[in-house]
Amino acid sequence: MTKQTRQLDRVVIRFAGDSGDGMQLTGDRFTSETAQLGNDLSTLPNFPAEIRAPAGTLPGVSSFQVHFADTDILTPGDAPDVLVAMNPAALKSNLTDLPGGAEIIVNTDEFTKRALAKVGYAASPLEDGSLEGYQLREVALTSMTVRALEEFSLSRKEAERAKNMFALGLVSWMYHRPIEGTVTFLQRKFAARPELADANVAALKAGWNYGETTEDFAVQYEVKPAKLPPGTYRNITGNVALAYGLVAAGVRSGLPVFLGAYPITPASDILHELSKHKRFGVTTFQAEDEIAAAGAALGASYGGAIGVTTSSGPGVALKSETVSLAVALELPLVVVDVQRAGPSTGMPTKTEQADLAMALHGRHGEAPVAIIAPRSPSDCFYAALEACRIAVTYRTPVMLLSDGYLANGSEPWLLPEISDLSDLSVEFAAEPNGPDGQFLPYQRDPETLARPWAVPGTAGLEHRIGGLEKADGTGDISYDPANHDAMVRIRAARIEAIEVPPLEVEDPEGDARVLVLGWGSTYGPIGAACRQLRQRGVKIAQAHLRHLAPLPANTEEVLRRYDKVVIPEMNLGQLSAVLRARFLVDAIGYNKVRGLPFTSAELESVMEEVVKNV
Amino acid sequence: MSEPVGAAVGGPNGDPVGPNGRSALKLVPKAEGKQTAKEFKSDQEVRWCPGCGDYAILAAMQTFLPELGVRRENICFVSGIGCSSRFPYYLNTFGMHSIHGRAPAIATGLSVSRPDLSVWVVTGDGDALSIGGNHLIHALRRNVNIKILLFNNRIYGLTKGQYSPTSELGKITKSTPIGSADWPFNPISLALGAEASFVARTIDSDRKHLTSVLRAAAHHPGSAFVEIYQNCNIFNDGAFEILKDSSQRDEALIRLEHGQPVVFGADGEKCVVKEPRGFGLQVVDTADVDPSEIIVHDETVRRPSYAFSLSRLPNDDLTNTPIGVLRAVERPAYDDIVREQVAAARSAAAEPEQELGKLLHGGDTWTIL
Ligand SMILES: Cc1ncc(C[n+]2csc(CCOP(=O)(O)OP(=O)(O)O)c2C)c(N)n1
Ligand code: SF4
Ligand SMILES: [Mg+2]
Repeated sequence: MTKQTRQLDRVVIRFAGDSGDGMQLTGDRFTSETAQLGNDLSTLPNFPAEIRAPAGTLPGVSSFQVHFADTDILTPGDAPDVLVAMNPAALKSNLTDLPGGAEIIVNTDEFTKRALAKVGYAASPLEDGSLEGYQLREVALTSMTVRALEEFSLSRKEAERAKNMFALGLVSWMYHRPIEGTVTFLQRKFAARPELADANVAALKAGWNYGETTEDFAVQYEVKPAKLPPGTYRNITGNVALAYGLVAAGVRSGLPVFLGAYPITPASDILHELSKHKRFGVTTFQAEDEIAAAGAALGASYGGAIGVTTSSGPGVALKSETVSLAVALELPLVVVDVQRAGPSTGMPTKTEQADLAMALHGRHGEAPVAIIAPRSPSDCFYAALEACRIAVTYRTPVMLLSDGYLANGSEPWLLPEISDLSDLSVEFAAEPNGPDGQFLPYQRDPETLARPWAVPGTAGLEHRIGGLEKADGTGDISYDPANHDAMVRIRAARIEAIEVPPLEVEDPEGDARVLVLGWGSTYGPIGAACRQLRQRGVKIAQAHLRHLAPLPANTEEVLRRYDKVVIPEMNLGQLSAVLRARFLVDAIGYNKVRGLPFTSAELESVMEEVVKNV
Repeated sequence: MSEPVGAAVGGPNGDPVGPNGRSALKLVPKAEGKQTAKEFKSDQEVRWCPGCGDYAILAAMQTFLPELGVRRENICFVSGIGCSSRFPYYLNTFGMHSIHGRAPAIATGLSVSRPDLSVWVVTGDGDALSIGGNHLIHALRRNVNIKILLFNNRIYGLTKGQYSPTSELGKITKSTPIGSADWPFNPISLALGAEASFVARTIDSDRKHLTSVLRAAAHHPGSAFVEIYQNCNIFNDGAFEILKDSSQRDEALIRLEHGQPVVFGADGEKCVVKEPRGFGLQVVDTADVDPSEIIVHDETVRRPSYAFSLSRLPNDDLTNTPIGVLRAVERPAYDDIVREQVAAARSAAAEPEQELGKLLHGGDTWTIL
């Protein structure tokens, strides 16, 4: 049978199944295959909150969405064009996200009376006509997998477990994806059990062959490679990129990296990743709590390492007192907050950007710190490097605000030349700096306002520091009112003195009257919405803040250039409040706090509404 | 005389360990020439209340440090918050006066990343056992190479006299006008519960004893925990008077010495033997027992239960209080293990920039021309 091939410019596929069905792995492999073809892509995994929710239930559903295209893209896609549903729970929990006409591939074997009843289906949706508006593809995935593996001496259970590879084979066929990479991957993964490797490969190929021969799938699709800048790429998640950025900071500074951390979703993967890279002189310390994690990192900084502590909202709250100490001590400390939905335990696996106010103000006293927020998964690498650069150059705590969406999402990353990465080299104080040969621990560099980094073990620099207010210069304890007032102002000026690049505006025609301003992970959906608007001739300017403290020097000037400024945030307006207070700009907030990233479609209509009314 | 209790509790986990030559200071640079106590005094004016026990501890430390023979700049004191935690300001070494209760955590990060330092923690009974209790037990269980000096005055000094986690039940203070309702910690028992590898107790006013304990602690490889009974003459004066007053102290104090039978009292009229019931120890009249029943102190007993039994001897009025080194055993130190792991990984690695290139290019990559 000859099959038709249709060209598409972009596709969004969501693999959904029970947490035991291996959907993350399936999605990862499909992503790798897609990357190899040179499409641009963006992914979004969605894990259940429970580790092992009962099989077949709604809370047990795990999914992985991948968006790929022949142009560069910015988001994992608003809604899937294709849903692969491995069981009724996966169908039910994902159906609301599907636009009419979407393709649904279901594993009919799992649509038993019991499985349907478990998720509250009275009648099978495959038979009651409720899926009429979609293109339904019914595939007996489990039984075909078992049949394909008959010749292997596997138990039925073991054979059934390969059904995700059958599904992957089928979808790979549908979209012309190569499967060689997955074959190699499986052989490596199951090296200890070759019969399992062979069985999985057989299931993968059976899925492919099924697509090729069955009459149920008449069309194959093709998405041409994207025209991306030349170079070597890899796919990377935000958490791994962030960990690599910290490793790179160690390499580019020549300093050891010390990570203090206490496990917490969605930040733990940074600890896991860094613990594998001891060969770079990276030490990881799993502390007894977040307070100790921050304390140990600060102790390491005091000793001349790059002290880093990684956590999420609840843990960052615990670190607050230590960060204030670091402000007073004027020592480097990098605090990574992979934000999740709060308050309290909130929704640990869901994203949010509601810790900006905590990063800015969540300490006692006037305790300013630098704040930086990456905009995409691969940008987490550069943000980590930049956070370390600021920390060691200016001897200050730096907060890095990532979030769950960036942490687990992935995108292709054009790998940098190592020699192009910022140079982080610093000099420790080596000799007394005072007029009479004494050491003045709080005598500052006139440009950076940083005090000397005088590490223990340096002869002649013995001195005491602490949380008590110090006299500027000598560092002696001081209760002098004028000194305290001066020190409070110096600490604020120190943050303002940090050199950050100007805020750039993207406005292709240069005559937009509305500016949309974002920060952090909203970059993707905002950018995609702007592109869609411009394609329709709607004029819109976009700017994205990477440095939230200090703000770029031209921030006010940029804001004043436009008649209206829209600020979408996954919080109730934390950046808007800052900009309104600071620059008296009547910013319009667009705020949704659903634990999910914005869709570009909703932002498109919000912005269009504002543009219409100027 | 009986065998040391340690020998009696032998077996796979209970064997006493002999000294194997490890020292806490093996990587700390030695001083050239003789140092003096004066060199260790900082230029800061000492601000404790006149008569405070902290002065005596400071003076003992200033005279002891030159004897240690390591370079002054390689000594670092980290403290929390409290009167006691002002200590680092008065020593001309490196020092950090940090935040309430967190000094063991900060010192852990410093000690792990800097094997060339002798790192000391100075803390109080509130600092170490109330707000910082968690960090204390975890530092001790990990056996981080830090020396923790707990100045126990059984009161909150700096905040002007509230009861502390070591105050006796029924203590009348500003915050407990009709008596405290909580049972106190025995810091030594607590440290032993965390399997601290070195546990000792000493007293501010006994310079000689204090110095000998500091010396043993300084050289101990791993965590050393030293409880120092310290008089707060403003808010809890005389708390340890029975252990200091020359007419009472010989009766009250059990001076532990490694390898010596545990006998005390002005004329050795009291001694420590095994309890007839259970696994503990008890104090009896020397005259009533056969000398072979008297415990011979062995600080190297592996199982902490022996030292724990010693720590349970004191009565509420502090009679039968053991001082000296209760436990000094060797076990792997956290910082050594962590550094060995890093060093082993580094020795197998290429030059860092090259290794970083390999890391970034790891996994599935593709090239666009
Ligand atoms: C987070 C925090 N909570 C409370 C305090 C107030 N505070 C300072 S010292 C102290 C108790 C100190 O008692 P202790 O550790 O026994 O030290 P001492 O003054 O007796 O030497 C308290 C409650 C503080 N500084 N920080
Ligand atoms: S209050 Fe007590 S502990 Fe504090 S300095 Fe005065 S006497 Fe010493
Ligand atoms: Mg006290």
